[in-house]
Amino acid sequence: MATMPASASDLLKSFKLKTKQQELLIRVSILCLVYILAFITRLFSVLRYESMIHEFDPYFNYRTTLYLTENGFYDFWNWFDYESWYPLGRIVGGTLYPGLMVTAVLIYRILRFLRFAVHIREVCVLTAPFFASNTTLVAYFFGKEIWDSGAGLVAAILIAICPGYISRSVAGSYDNEGVAIFALLFTFYVFVKAVNTGSLAWSLVSAFGYFYMVSAWGGYVFIINLIPLYVLVFYFLDWVKHMLSDTKLFQAFLRITVTCAVAVGGIALGLGMVSGYISPWTGRFYSLLDPTYAKDHIPIIASVSEHQPTAWSSFMFDFHILLFLFPAGLYFCFKRLSDATIFIVMYGLTSMYFAGVMVRLILVATPAVCLISAIAVSATVKNLTVLLRSKNKVVQTGSTKRSGGSQSSSKALLDQSQPFQKNGAIALLFGAFYLLSRYATHCTWVTSEAYSSPSIVLAARGAHGNRVIFDDYREAYFWLRQNTPQDAKVMSWWDYGYQITAMGNRTVIVDNNTWNNTHIATVGRAMSSYEDEAIEIIRSLDVDYVLVVFGGVTGYSSDDINKFLWMVRIGGGVFPVIKEPDYLVNGEYRVDKGAAPKMLNCLMYKLCYYRFGEMMTEYGKPPGYDRARGVEIGNKDVKLEHLEEAFTTSNWIVRIYRVKPPNNRCEI
Amino acid sequence: MARTSSSKENAQALFHSLRSAYAATPVNLKIIDLYVGFAVFTALIQVLSLIFRNPFSLPHFYYLEDPQVVYMASVGSFPFNSFLSGVLSCVGTAVLAVCLRIQVNKENKEFKDLPPERAFADFVLCNLVLHLVIMNFLG
Repeated sequence: MATMPASASDLLKSFKLKTKQQELLIRVSILCLVYILAFITRLFSVLRYESMIHEFDPYFNYRTTLYLTENGFYDFWNWFDYESWYPLGRIVGGTLYPGLMVTAVLIYRILRFLRFAVHIREVCVLTAPFFASNTTLVAYFFGKEIWDSGAGLVAAILIAICPGYISRSVAGSYDNEGVAIFALLFTFYVFVKAVNTGSLAWSLVSAFGYFYMVSAWGGYVFIINLIPLYVLVFYFLDWVKHMLSDTKLFQAFLRITVTCAVAVGGIALGLGMVSGYISPWTGRFYSLLDPTYAKDHIPIIASVSEHQPTAWSSFMFDFHILLFLFPAGLYFCFKRLSDATIFIVMYGLTSMYFAGVMVRLILVATPAVCLISAIAVSATVKNLTVLLRSKNKVVQTGSTKRSGGSQSSSKALLDQSQPFQKNGAIALLFGAFYLLSRYATHCTWVTSEAYSSPSIVLAARGAHGNRVIFDDYREAYFWLRQNTPQDAKVMSWWDYGYQITAMGNRTVIVDNNTWNNTHIATVGRAMSSYEDEAIEIIRSLDVDYVLVVFGGVTGYSSDDINKFLWMVRIGGGVFPVIKEPDYLVNGEYRVDKGAAPKMLNCLMYKLCYYRFGEMMTEYGKPPGYDRARGVEIGNKDVKLEHLEEAFTTSNWIVRIYRVKPPNNRCEI
Repeated sequence: MARTSSSKENAQALFHSLRSAYAATPVNLKIIDLYVGFAVFTALIQVLSLIFRNPFSLPHFYYLEDPQVVYMASVGSFPFNSFLSGVLSCVGTAVLAVCLRIQVNKENKEFKDLPPERAFADFVLCNLVLHLVIMNFLG
């Protein structure tokens, strides 16, 4: 019996690892857990609804990926799509970013090779969470490069659940950003590694990382502008350092060189822009420098909700505690300025500026904010635990750690003057852990409530608290697929173009690519004119079916009536015959009895409210009560002359109309 | 008078000190410098040839007077690819050679323990990738 405890203690002794190995075990297990966490926190919508592609843009990416798997890379690269932008077609091969599709197909081929019988849709849906997990790993190594491995771990944890990143990388959000943020962070990490080690091999890897980024997303412009800016700032700081301790000759030389270089550069740039050699920036990027530019000049860019300037509530929603940890991290970075920290500070500041200009770019700022906040958290926690530990060491009056000799003695002096230092440190640590736990709760709540909706399937709470699902979009697209001729052309607002081609498999007039403003303005003009004028435009475009989205029965507020003013603005931007004030009453947009007569008789109104006047939508309200606008509609007696109703979904969300052939000419 | 002569003496002193310092550098560094100079010179020639190209020395084709064609011929959107790839390959290889020089120079304390063979291998590899990209971009 005496041998039993001896063998047990032997067993325990065999598990006892050296400190370095313990540390390694802790780090690896934390990283594994973070990897899994980043993946599963993005799976809410797959669990609640089903594994499907969300929103609008991912449907185009999915369709092109399908084409790539079926037809191979050469056909994909040279693909001319005649099913969208009806009379014009679209050169798909030359106008998309192939990185995402190629990556998904590569993963699909590897899985198929290993005999996993997956469908390409599953791979597409889960590509973004997979790359989010990889991003956490890259964030760990990046943090380790900038500060130390503790900061790396905290950075990985923060970025795994940060809502700013989750918003564009949930399962089902098969969009360029899911892959591009991984490429961005990877390129930056390898670049900083190249700067730190000075080897050309790492810079070659960063060149390949940048190539992957360019193939994946239009945001590569950020990298190619940030890196030269960083080099400039770096050299400027170096020069300042030099200037403070050198001979007059060297100073004179430097001054002359720099002035000449700046002058020549400025003159060349000025000449280039004046003579037209260097073309000005395109609209979307120009609005980053001048946020009011798009609103005045290009209504299409201004109408996209993601391109609006950011409100503080969005920042708080997407970053939570990182918002005030960011300045704290900046302070720590400035205290210990090195090549890498200069870079991350520049990345953070420039990306925060752009995040303030456009909501969508919060995504680009997220890695920088997570890294800098991680530095703050890690440095604070480290200082506090050092306080705790050194107090213990002094109490034990025993061996001192490596550099703890002088530290513990100084702490001993301090301890006698501030007896509550240890308690203060414990309190602060508890405060820090409380904040981090609140962050985790907030992020999970935000992911579950706000960022996991597929947008194509809507959910609401019924009268008894049960969940009601509206699957009207897919119902309408599948009706189109099964009940219309193969070469039918569908006219709708550009939001739905990608979904109609991907799920309905029919030709559309305009879609989300929005490359041709005049074509979109033509559709907008048709929607805002009286039926007689509109039918001319509709017949000239060879349209067979018109599709509108209507939220009056369900209270769905992102329908075409709410988007109608944008149709008017965009149409009016190209065709001055459409004037916005015609549709407003005293500057107010109304659909009830007091609405403008042009509004009550335009095509969009008629198509949305056809037969709606007889409909009882809410108990106690008159028939024809529009639940999305909260008013009773003005014109209940809608008669259509050139169109007939083809299909309305079960909750009236999508309505499809067929264009009637022209009447027979009457004989005399 | 004293001012100008002192600045002239200053410039001469600068020139002489630079020249004597340069004469003392080892031969392999001078070879690399020669390569950098050649690359920059080639880039300059290409840029100058684009700017000072004379369109009127071409034979008289009527379609050349079409404004669209004249615009395209002077800016050259099709040959522009080739021009860019030519200039950028020269500049790129010059930059890589400068990196090599920094890494091989024995007076640099930061690269003391980097064997020069490794530096040269990096240089060759990066040049390979650069020229691969340039070949693709040449059109």
